[in-house]
Amino acid sequence: MKPMQILAFIIVLIVGVGLGRGCGNTPTHKPEAAPAAKGTVAVPTTTQASKSIDAMRRGADLKSEPESLPLARVENTDIRRERAYPMQPPTIPHAIDGYQVDQHANRCMLCHGQANSAQFQAPPVSVTHYMDRDSQVLAEISPRRYFCVQCHVVQTDAQPLIANDFTGADAILAAAPETAKE
Amino acid sequence: MSWRERILRIWRIFNSPSRHFSLMFLTLGGFIAGIVFWGGFNTALEVTNTETFCTGCHEMQDNVFAELKSTIHYSNRSGVRATCPDCHVPHQWTDKIARKMQASKEVWGKVFGTIDTREKFLAKRRELAEHEWARLKANDSLECRNCHDYGSMDITRQSPRAGAIHERHLLSGDKTCIDCHKGIAHQLPDMAGVPQG
Repeated sequence: MKPMQILAFIIVLIVGVGLGRGCGNTPTHKPEAAPAAKGTVAVPTTTQASKSIDAMRRGADLKSEPESLPLARVENTDIRRERAYPMQPPTIPHAIDGYQVDQHANRCMLCHGQANSAQFQAPPVSVTHYMDRDSQVLAEISPRRYFCVQCHVVQTDAQPLIANDFTGADAILAAAPETAKE
Repeated sequence: MSWRERILRIWRIFNSPSRHFSLMFLTLGGFIAGIVFWGGFNTALEVTNTETFCTGCHEMQDNVFAELKSTIHYSNRSGVRATCPDCHVPHQWTDKIARKMQASKEVWGKVFGTIDTREKFLAKRRELAEHEWARLKANDSLECRNCHDYGSMDITRQSPRAGAIHERHLLSGDKTCIDCHKGIAHQLPDMAGVPQG
């Protein structure tokens, strides 16, 4: 058994060294590719952009590492934002770091529950959030509305990756010509 | 020699004056021995007051310490952090000794495996949390205030919402830290029926 193990070890060693050398040789094929990718990774070239299917890489080719954007900060101004359309769930105007919302506790409802909203001067969640799907009003928040961040989200100061030309219904109606309004 | 005679003999030795040692030797010896024993006691006490000691058992390491790691009391912008005893052991000596005596119950729990699995821990978590809430409520959140002193708290540097609420409820003294800030360093147990805020 012992000599067999030693033999196996030597074989593994030889194969390993051989493979290692093989790997070491490969980058020498294209030494000019690496420096070109550095520094200007955020600017996509035309060929790369047309082939790109991943906006997160921002046009950098697969062999280079794009420089990361700085981490976005959550807006913590406590100023309520306008809704883009009437039924939009309002966005959260404050940081929610570490808020526990699970089967045991719901940190949001500490302030936004109907019972506590006066004490904390927080906008209470609407009565629809206490209704089950048969419109029965419950004493506690309805299980189907329990996980707040399914609909309500914080906003950050990050630049959008893709431009958005969304226009609200009010703006479209206001801009419409007189003939269309009739 | 019976037990009674033995005890009586020891009593006589300690009750009679020293025959061989001088008063100075006994005084100085007692003094030095006192320093050694007191220093040893306090050193041992401080060893049990470190995070390494607290997280030495898997009950703390895998449950509460793992949960602490994602909170602001473990990792934050300025690098100031709270260790276990900062919040869970009073800093004043008499209160500290009283808490340490209570902690003998925790040794009992460790020996008999009261919370030696995650399931047992979760089942008992509400009771354990209630002890800590009661303690912090009773001492007006003293361990919070050891660092978060209201006198040094610049309300204007807080978010408008936090500043207003602190001014309304903390300045007036009708609430203490733990009333609103439950579950800031560890996850909460089932909060059904717990009055919040």
